[in-house]
Amino acid sequence: MTDAVITKKRAAPSRSRSRARAEKRFRFYCVGAVLAAVAFLIFLLTSITLSGYTALLQTHVRLDVTYDAAVIERGGNRSADALMGADYGALIRQSLMTKFPNVEGRKNLRRLFALVSDQARFELRDRITANPDIIGKTEPIWLTASGDVDMLMKGYMRRDVPEGERRLDNQQIGWIDLLSSEDSIEKRLNVAFFTHADSRTPEVAGIWGAVVGSFYTMVITLLFAFPVGLMTGVYLQEFATKNRWSRLVEVNINNLAAVPSIVFGLLGLAVFLNFGGMPRSAPLVGGITLALMTLPTIIIATRASLLAIPPSIREAARGVGASETQVVLHHVVPLAMPGILTGTIIGMARALGETAPLLMIGMVAFIADIPQSFTDPATALPVQIFLWADSPERAFVERTAAATLVLLAFLITMNGLAIYMRKRFERRW
Amino acid sequence: MRKLLLAAAIAAIGIGTALAADTRNQIRIVGSSTVFPFSTAVAEEFGKTTNFKTPVVESTGSGGGLKLFCAGIGLGHPDITNASRRIKDSEVAICAKNGVSSITEVKVGFDGIVLANSTKAKRFELTRKAIWLALAKDVPDASGNFIPNPNKTWKDVDASLPAVKIEVLGPPPTSGTRDAFVELAMEGGCKAFPDIKAMKKTDKSKYKAICHAIREDGAFIDAGENDNLIVQKLEANPDALGVFGFSFLDQNRDKVQGSIVDKVEPSFDNISGGQYPVSRSLYFYVKNAHVGVVPGIKEFIDAFTSETAWGPYGYLADRGLIPLPVDERDKIRSAAMSLMPYAK
Repeated sequence: MTDAVITKKRAAPSRSRSRARAEKRFRFYCVGAVLAAVAFLIFLLTSITLSGYTALLQTHVRLDVTYDAAVIERGGNRSADALMGADYGALIRQSLMTKFPNVEGRKNLRRLFALVSDQARFELRDRITANPDIIGKTEPIWLTASGDVDMLMKGYMRRDVPEGERRLDNQQIGWIDLLSSEDSIEKRLNVAFFTHADSRTPEVAGIWGAVVGSFYTMVITLLFAFPVGLMTGVYLQEFATKNRWSRLVEVNINNLAAVPSIVFGLLGLAVFLNFGGMPRSAPLVGGITLALMTLPTIIIATRASLLAIPPSIREAARGVGASETQVVLHHVVPLAMPGILTGTIIGMARALGETAPLLMIGMVAFIADIPQSFTDPATALPVQIFLWADSPERAFVERTAAATLVLLAFLITMNGLAIYMRKRFERRW
Repeated sequence: MRKLLLAAAIAAIGIGTALAADTRNQIRIVGSSTVFPFSTAVAEEFGKTTNFKTPVVESTGSGGGLKLFCAGIGLGHPDITNASRRIKDSEVAICAKNGVSSITEVKVGFDGIVLANSTKAKRFELTRKAIWLALAKDVPDASGNFIPNPNKTWKDVDASLPAVKIEVLGPPPTSGTRDAFVELAMEGGCKAFPDIKAMKKTDKSKYKAICHAIREDGAFIDAGENDNLIVQKLEANPDALGVFGFSFLDQNRDKVQGSIVDKVEPSFDNISGGQYPVSRSLYFYVKNAHVGVVPGIKEFIDAFTSETAWGPYGYLADRGLIPLPVDERDKIRSAAMSLMPYAK
């Protein structure tokens, strides 16, 4: 008897010690899991930021360009059409040849002309069509440098490798160094990146077309998914009688939330394009397709928020004689609105980052014009990232990362808004 | 407020449906991802220098593009499709069945497929036979019976090659580059065995199975459609080889080098002259019924086949397209501009 008591007394502290140790271990694992997740996130963000921030700047070259009337006007014709069609590349070539008079021969000249972006001629065109009075004058102007020069200036193209392994040879680098010793080459804010649509030439490619496309798509998604999702949720939660059919609908909605997004794209292709005859690549179709994908999220969020409203609210409203519709519309739904909106924003954020359904309806495409309406061909931000990631030109690498940063900024803003609304309007019962 | 939103949504859909498919004032192009960089470059130039809208170009793969292209006539269907291979007879038949009876074929240039490794390692000197022996699923043993590929290192394949583990990163089976690699490099090497070559006449399906099957034991790795990713992986792993288009080699010369195949280096001149064995032709196909209905198609063909675009000093050459010989360019251009219907 006494023996047993003693053993028990001895055993107890050792058991509690081992339990305390197990507890500590468990917490350690949990902290480890959190740290691993945070480390991955930090790694992702730093690697994207590090490879993307350089796209904020773009190398420009300053040249003295003579707006030669003989080249631009072609026989004294100063009409808009003549100005549109003139050979502005010739002005840039002329100016480069004046700057480097010693370069001769077709091959060498081609290498010289490769310093300035092939698209810089459109910068001259815009300058002159906006201001035809400068024809005949000479002025120094900053023109976009080619992607290769940009990569060299940013240090992505190594100078220390053998000449044949570089996109720019020693002589070209010599010209660049000469220009830079005259302060005629510098990195300036990359305005084109934020104002242009897609281009095959990385130095003038921008995300604005994709941002506008995403905006149109999201407007359609919201206009569709929100009212339909809200009303479905309200009906299922507040009015529907619980029977086999309502349970079937409920199970199907929950299942839809887990359906891979590409399936919605196939649906969009079959129903809206092939059957409905809507235009391909349009934000209208993209928006409706993404709305279908977002619906289950909104319905589930709506039902959960409605369920969280205490019955006392409903009873009090009924007690003062409100009809069933008045109870729901005047009391329950307004109180549940913060939760519903949070669910909507999170669903929209998911739709914003989606590419797979857009692939099927033709929004994964090269579109160089900024969309003007809901039916113009458009792409979306994640699609732009996908397309650039697959382009051979080196200068697209940093732009891919920069576009990712822009998309992340939008997503963080939307999720932040959701959190703010929850905190601001949430009521505790 | 909510009523207003709902009304707006319904109105938007109404307008959208009304606008649908009745008018279209820009060209729609679908097709090969290999031709995509060139097609988009022409589209952009076309949009910026003419009064037509910039054509919309989708990258759907050669097969996917032809499927959309052949689906019918009308503004809901694309006007042009790009292909990194010639249209198949079966596809011509599908086209004809759906009313797309008159199409114009335009061959635009060549593309070389390279096997490249990191510049940190030694450049490979391969033969097509070695490529097949290294990557085939079944190879003949000493007595001529087919056994699962036992080769582990490149030295096992050819004594002159280094004793490096066989590890090739390549495109997935859905890719046109993979099709062309299998057809040109693998089958080219497989034919080097007289026994197998003889089989083509007697048992064509077995011949194809043997020559086209790529091993699945980890020596050949599907690296996805993204060729930039393959370049990055090669940089990290100097022992591996990667399979991709010449334009990616051209853009990344400081990181990767193209292996010599059958004593020929993959260079601009060798591919354009036809010496480099693993190269293919690139095409686009025009739906003649749409010319004159959708504005700008003829002008687009004109832009694509102009010397400033597809010539040896054109902007497409700067992007890695290997131009056709000059007399062929002239011939194809005049045929294309007169919309000569495709005939086998």
